[in-house]
Amino acid sequence: MNASHAIAADAAAAHSSLRSYLLEARYECLRLLRTPSFALPSLLFPPLFYVLFGVLLNKSSGDAARYLLATYGVFGVMGAGLFAFGVTVALEREQGFLIYKRALPMPPGAYLFAKMAMAMVFAMLISLLLSILAATVGGVDLRVSQWLLLWVVNVVGVLPFAALGLYIGTLVGGQGAPAIVNILYLPMAFLSGLWLPLKLLPAWIAQLAPVWPSFHHSQIALKVIGMDAGGSLALHLGVLTGVTALFFVLARRRLAAG
Amino acid sequence: MMIASVQTLAQLRDIHRRYGSTIALDSIDLSLQRGEVLALLGANGAGKSTAIGLLLGLLPPDRGEATLFGQAPALVARRRSGVMLQSAGIPDNLRVAELLDLTRSYYPAPRSVADCVALAGLDGLLDRNYRRLSGGQQRRVQFALAICGNPEVLFLDEPTTGLDIDARQRMWATIRELVAAGTGVLLTTHYLEEAEALADRVVVLNRGRVAAAGTMQDVRALVSQRRIRCLSALDVARIASWPGVRSATRGHDGCGHDGSLARIEILTDAAETVARRLLAEDPALGELEIQRAGLAEAFLELTRDPADADAGSATDQKEAA
Repeated sequence: MNASHAIAADAAAAHSSLRSYLLEARYECLRLLRTPSFALPSLLFPPLFYVLFGVLLNKSSGDAARYLLATYGVFGVMGAGLFAFGVTVALEREQGFLIYKRALPMPPGAYLFAKMAMAMVFAMLISLLLSILAATVGGVDLRVSQWLLLWVVNVVGVLPFAALGLYIGTLVGGQGAPAIVNILYLPMAFLSGLWLPLKLLPAWIAQLAPVWPSFHHSQIALKVIGMDAGGSLALHLGVLTGVTALFFVLARRRLAAG
Repeated sequence: MMIASVQTLAQLRDIHRRYGSTIALDSIDLSLQRGEVLALLGANGAGKSTAIGLLLGLLPPDRGEATLFGQAPALVARRRSGVMLQSAGIPDNLRVAELLDLTRSYYPAPRSVADCVALAGLDGLLDRNYRRLSGGQQRRVQFALAICGNPEVLFLDEPTTGLDIDARQRMWATIRELVAAGTGVLLTTHYLEEAEALADRVVVLNRGRVAAAGTMQDVRALVSQRRIRCLSALDVARIASWPGVRSATRGHDGCGHDGSLARIEILTDAAETVARRLLAEDPALGELEIQRAGLAEAFLELTRDPADADAGSATDQKEAA
């Protein structure tokens, strides 16, 4: 009895979590891909809008197709981060799934890791779809390094919105979360110049824009294609890192409090 | 000491826990040994789920100590335990095989999928979407997830709620099999027959305190109460004063052509005597039923605060008036 007890204790202590992390991420992606109410708008709206405003309604210049490639990328990953985290965390908290996961020996970081990975997978897909559309019907011509860099900016850029979504998910219930996310998402997209360049909008909107994390993300994306407003890259990166850290810490605190 | 630490799987020592101003648990001591089933009984809100939450480390105690395998209930200890909560909130859109795959990955030496299927009765369900299962099937999947890690201790919070008789019997058989192999099981239930079928020991919680504890045998001896239901015009306050009557309450659905008849419920230790007297005093009495009282109810009745009992009979009088 003593021996088997000791063996069980050692095995429990030595068990590797790596496989759990990977499986958790894989099934999180599968779950959301199988949820049409999330997967379809997240994956299709940005490309649809891009085709509509960047290609079909845009008779003037290749500049608009390039500008909107960058900003609709931001728009897309912002939605993926906010919805994937905000709505799922709110629902899972409300339905008791989060408590159940904590009662199981799930490695402590696996839950957030899986959601982070899922948001990045969605960001990759959105960015890829936009790039294909831009390169074909949009007639956008970029260097290979620019395509790649834009893709990286989008995938990494999902993180501040994931952190913000996570925090929202810890604050509100499953019914309220989609509403709150939309209230933030759509105005923030517009006010950051994701749909129309800021210079076409009233001056006060442009002056207010640096308040929004999506503005800083879009400036980095625009910098890749040489169309940004000339702000400092360090500042944009700093703001986004700060936003990510701030909301992540706030959310952790809320989650730890139960 | 060595033996105690090996045999004791889970323990609460002098635990206090409150939620805001509500005391959920007050000076609770409880321990679960290897190879036994401990049934935790009590009304909703008595503190059963809080006790499980403390043992799993989901909540910290305000005072006292909760241990699992002699340690604070953290990840390493949880790798040796399985759990079935009252509601698991499992996401709809994963298949049963995927849920098993994921949950098995948390454990160092999980059971094979085939074993899980056999033990929990999941034949033909592996490829089904969890959402498309019936309530009873979902409960069986949750049971499979609880045992898939080959745990030494199993926490089952009302495991057979929503199961049909066959499925319940099958789960009981599996639990007995696991216990025979040395697993310790902490079970909460509302069903007397479930505690009777499985438990070696019973702890009854009442408003966060241990109201009674003992072996199943001790407990059976205490449950002499029966419940009488009938339709009668008799005054409940008077019935409550008869010898052998623990309580008498009047239902709200007054009936009869003038509303004089009421559905009356009596808890008693002397069902035959009381029934005879009821029939003698009210020849019009109808719909007489006599049932054995539920274990949990019987305990709550036995351990009710005197103050509550007074308040209860005052209500009876008011309702009767």
